[in-house]
Amino acid sequence: MKPKKPDVVKPALITRTKKALRRDYQLLLLCAIPLAYFVIVHYIPMYGVQIAFKDFKASKGIWESQWVGLKWFRRFFSSSQFWPVIRNTLGLSFLQILLGFPVPILLAILLNQVRNQRFRKFVQSVVYSPHFISIVVLAGMLYIFLSPRNGFVNTVIKFFGGQPIFFLGEAKYFKITFVLSGIWQHAGWSAIIYIAALAGISPDLYEAAEVDGANKWQRVWHIDLPGILPTIVMMLILEMGKVMNLGFQKAYLMQNAQNLAASEIISTYIYKVGLINAQYSYSTAINLFNNVVNIILLVSMNALSRRITQNSLW
Amino acid sequence: MKAGNAFKAFKNQTAGDILFDIFNYLILILFTLSILYPLYFIIIASFSDPVAINNGKVLFKPMGFNTLGYQRIFENTKIWNAYGNTIFYTVVGTLINVSLTMMIAYPLSRGNFFARNAILFFVMFTMYFKGGMIPTFLWMHQLNVYNTRFVMLLLPAINVFNLIIAMNFIRNNIPEELYEAASLDGYSHIRYFLNIVLPLSQTIMIVLILYYGVAHWNEFMNGLIYLRDEKYYPLQLVLRAILLQMQASGLGDVDSIIEQQKAAELIKYGVIIVSTLPVLVVYPFLQKHFTKFALGGAVKG
Repeated sequence: MKPKKPDVVKPALITRTKKALRRDYQLLLLCAIPLAYFVIVHYIPMYGVQIAFKDFKASKGIWESQWVGLKWFRRFFSSSQFWPVIRNTLGLSFLQILLGFPVPILLAILLNQVRNQRFRKFVQSVVYSPHFISIVVLAGMLYIFLSPRNGFVNTVIKFFGGQPIFFLGEAKYFKITFVLSGIWQHAGWSAIIYIAALAGISPDLYEAAEVDGANKWQRVWHIDLPGILPTIVMMLILEMGKVMNLGFQKAYLMQNAQNLAASEIISTYIYKVGLINAQYSYSTAINLFNNVVNIILLVSMNALSRRITQNSLW
Repeated sequence: MKAGNAFKAFKNQTAGDILFDIFNYLILILFTLSILYPLYFIIIASFSDPVAINNGKVLFKPMGFNTLGYQRIFENTKIWNAYGNTIFYTVVGTLINVSLTMMIAYPLSRGNFFARNAILFFVMFTMYFKGGMIPTFLWMHQLNVYNTRFVMLLLPAINVFNLIIAMNFIRNNIPEELYEAASLDGYSHIRYFLNIVLPLSQTIMIVLILYYGVAHWNEFMNGLIYLRDEKYYPLQLVLRAILLQMQASGLGDVDSIIEQQKAAELIKYGVIIVSTLPVLVVYPFLQKHFTKFALGGAVKG
C-alpha cells in the first residue's frame, strides 16, 4: 500500500483549482446562461419523473402525491395496448432499417461513380432538399399523392389496370407508406456520411484497379464497399440502438381512425394517455420505461460499435 | 494532355462500364424526378382548376389557370397571423439559439478549461435521458409559460447536436496561437470571444442560423403541446388544420366532399407553396453550408 500524503496533495489541489478559477472564471461566466437553460428546460423536469411511481394529483403537486410503487408500469405491461404499441414501434423501425438503410449507401455509391460534376451536384442538391420540408407538409403531400380518388400514385396503379388503394386509410398499408415516404425524404441527406466516407478512399486504389483492368462493378464491389464498410457497420449498429425511439410527429400526423391499428406507436400513445386523457402518472411511467429501454439499447449498441468498428458516439 | 486523358478514359470503358453508367444514370434520374415532380405538381396544381385536378388532367402544366387558391390564402387572416408568428419564432428564436450556442461552444472548445469535461457531460446527458412529455409540461405550467409565445423560444433554445458542431468548429479552425497572442496583449476570455472567436466563426454561425432557422420554421410539436390560443399558433399548426384535419374528417364520404372542397383543394396546394417557399428559396444558395457540417455530430466531443 502506498502511504497517503493528504496534507501535501490537498493544498496543491486547492491552489490548482484557485488558479484555474482565476484563469477560467470568464469561461464559466459565458456558460452561465446556457447552463441555466439546461437546468430549467432539461434537468428540473427530471425531478418530475417521480410521478411515474406516484398517483399524481394536480391539487397535491408532485411532492405531496401518494407513492404507488410500480402500479403504472404493471398496468402498462398488462394493458391490451402494450403489445400492439410495442409491435407497431418495432415493426416500423425494423422495416425502416430493412428498406431504408441500404438506400443512402446505394445512392452514395452511385453518385460517387458519376464523372459529370455538374450532373452530380444537381442530383445532390435535389435529393438533399426534401430533408428540409416540414413533416406537416410531408403528411399533407402523402394525402394528396396517395388519394384513392385522384392521387398520382393511384392514377398510375389504375393506368396499369389495378384497383386504387387507400394507403392512408388502411392499417396494412401504413408501415410501407411510412417507410417509403421516409426514404423519399431522408435518403439523400443520410447519404452524406457515406459520400464523405467514399471521398476518403485513397485514389491509388482506383488507379491500381484500373491498371488491373477492373470494371466499374468490380471497383464498387472490391474498393467502394469494403472502403465504407466500417461506416456502414457503425451506422447500422447505431440504427439498431434507436429501434424503440421512433419519433412522435410523423406517426401522429399520418394517423387516422382507419389506420390506428398500425400507426399507434409508443410516442403517440404517451401523448394520448398524457395530454388527451390527462393520465399524467400513467403517461410518465410509459415514457420512463421507453426512455430506459432506449438508453440500454443505445449504450449496448454503442459498445458493440466500439468493439467492432473502433467507432462510437462517446 | 486533356485529350489524352479523355481518350484513356474512353478506351478503358468496357461493355460492363457502359452498362453500369446507364444503370447508374437511370436510377439517379428516376430518384431525382421522384422528388422534383411532386414539388412541380403542387406548383402547377395550385394554379389549376380543381375540377381538372380531380379528373387527373393536370400533369405537366396548369389547366384552367386561376389564382383563386392564392386569393383565398391572402384573404385568410388565420394563415397570415400564423405566418407572422412563425417569422417571429424563427427570427427571435434563431437569434437566441445562435447567441447561447456560441456562448457555451467557446468555453467547451478550450481543452484546458477546468470544468470542460464536467459541463460537456452535463450537457450531453440531456440527449439521452429526458424528463419526458408530462413532467416538462407540468413544469412549464408551473412556470406560467404555458400558452405564451415565450415557451416556443425557451424550449428549443439550445440543441446539443448543433452545440457540438460549433464546439468542434472552433476547436479545429481557430488556432491556439491566436489565443496565446491575444492573451499576451491582455485580452480576457470574453474579449477574445467577442473580438476574435465570433468574427472567425462566421461559417459555423451561418450553418447554425440555417439549422436552427429551419427547425423553427418547421416546428410543430411544441406548438401542439404548449399552445392553446390560435393567436399564438405557428404556421405548421394552421397548415395541419388545412392539410390534414379537413381530410381526416371526410374520410369515406367521397362524393359530398368533392363539392365542398373545390376551393379548399386549391388552398391546400397554395398553402404548401406559401409555407415551403422561404425554405426552398434559401436552400440552393446555402446548400454547401448545410451539408458541410451534417457530419459534425458524429465527431466526438
